[in-house]
Amino acid sequence: MQKEKITKPEISIQNLSIAFGPKKVLIDLNLEINKGENLVILGKSGCGKSVIIKCIIGLLVPDKGIIEVFGENILASSTEELNNFRKRIGFLFQSGALYDSMNVKQNLLFPLRMNKEIELNEKEKLVKEVLEKVGLSEAINKMPTELSGGMRKRLGLARSLMLKPEIMLYDEPTTGLDPITAKEISNLILEIQKDQGTSSIIITHDMNCAKITGNRIVILEQGKVSTEGSYKDLEQSKKEEVKGFFE
Amino acid sequence: MPKSKVSIYSSYQKLTEGIIHRSRSILIGLADFSMFFIRYFKELIRPPYEINEFVKQSYLIGNQSLALVGITGFIMGLVLTIQTRPTLAEFGAESWLPAMISVSIVREIGPVITALICAGKVGSGIGAELASMRVTEQIDAMEVSGSNPFKFIVVSRTTAAMLMLPLLTIYSDAISMFGSFVGVNIKGDVNFRLFFSQAFAQLSFTDLIPALIKTTLFGLVIGLISCYKGYYSDKGTEGVGQAANASVVISSLLIFIIDILAVQVSNFIID
Repeated sequence: MQKEKITKPEISIQNLSIAFGPKKVLIDLNLEINKGENLVILGKSGCGKSVIIKCIIGLLVPDKGIIEVFGENILASSTEELNNFRKRIGFLFQSGALYDSMNVKQNLLFPLRMNKEIELNEKEKLVKEVLEKVGLSEAINKMPTELSGGMRKRLGLARSLMLKPEIMLYDEPTTGLDPITAKEISNLILEIQKDQGTSSIIITHDMNCAKITGNRIVILEQGKVSTEGSYKDLEQSKKEEVKGFFE
Repeated sequence: MPKSKVSIYSSYQKLTEGIIHRSRSILIGLADFSMFFIRYFKELIRPPYEINEFVKQSYLIGNQSLALVGITGFIMGLVLTIQTRPTLAEFGAESWLPAMISVSIVREIGPVITALICAGKVGSGIGAELASMRVTEQIDAMEVSGSNPFKFIVVSRTTAAMLMLPLLTIYSDAISMFGSFVGVNIKGDVNFRLFFSQAFAQLSFTDLIPALIKTTLFGLVIGLISCYKGYYSDKGTEGVGQAANASVVISSLLIFIIDILAVQVSNFIID
């Protein structure tokens, strides 16, 4: 008998529930992300899209449920174990969340500063490589306040790539950007997936970004996944709540 | 029940609920701060140490307060001398002026005034900076990169404040004494050497050491309160102003409370 190869999903979310006061945001949500896959999460504002990725990275603690990352339940892990998970996951914040008091280079070196195994010249080489990848080589000594919105997003992305993550979580990566820059960022996300083989969750309202980056799209409604499929499948859907996103 | 009785009953009920709610939030706040306080000492001891950030913060706290502390110290010494002189002159005790001023400045006025200035300048700065970092998700970004933002932000700033406050106080005391010397010479002619030999004759380590221990505690309070208010700020941009304000108000109040306790304890030990 031929042995069937079973690959575990990179992220597995089971019965995830979270409420803020009386408002139930996620209700028994189930979701799986496979290795090397880009999953786009769509949904109305306030439906809990960002809450999902904040629970995955441990910034929010859910009321109920299991979140398995690389096969381990992160909700049962110690602070040290959680920090080790976090080093394998990149997170791009909606605002970029750049450190105002540090220049571009210091921002990029920050996640590596306690790593004594890597020599300083190697770290600096990595900074140059990552900046080149996101097209910000010339901004290396600039302060975040000197950068445009698109450049700030690129820098945020570059910083999350410094630890060579296996999973990337993007919180509205193209929000607030002009269509050209938004397309550039979307292409960059796709490039990262191809080059580094990362699995990603992309939270967005931008359908163009969803089209470029997503291998699979899920729509969140009333705290649960209401619809799931490829961009093409959803584009042809007759459901009113799905059609609303494509109009 | 008559209408007036109902209204009295309902306002009494509202008042009681308000008091219970307020007391509950104060107790929760105290418990949170206690946890924060304990965590500070745990993280302070546990490696790795954020030496570079500590040095940077020490430089910022010390260097940026230098001019303000110096000017205030000079004026403090000068004014104190000008105000005290006529009273001492009435008793023919003008020669006691340098000694009296030096004891007052080193024991009490120097540490308290320096701490209050630092509470205003350093405390509000730390509170606003951390609250703004919280609003712009910079603290979250540090956390998700597997770093320890508490150690990087809170431990380095609080420890730097603890180290710099005594140093700033010594500097302020010295400038105050110089201000006093200038004050003495406005209406008289006292030799620099004579003035300072008289001033130091009445001072001993039992004056200086308790004052420095006290200022270390002031630094701890300023650092911890400001960091706590900023680190847990959660009301967006409005919270930034609130954190800065609360840092100054609470730190200043605690400086006076610690001062009262420190005076009692040091008097008890010295006696």
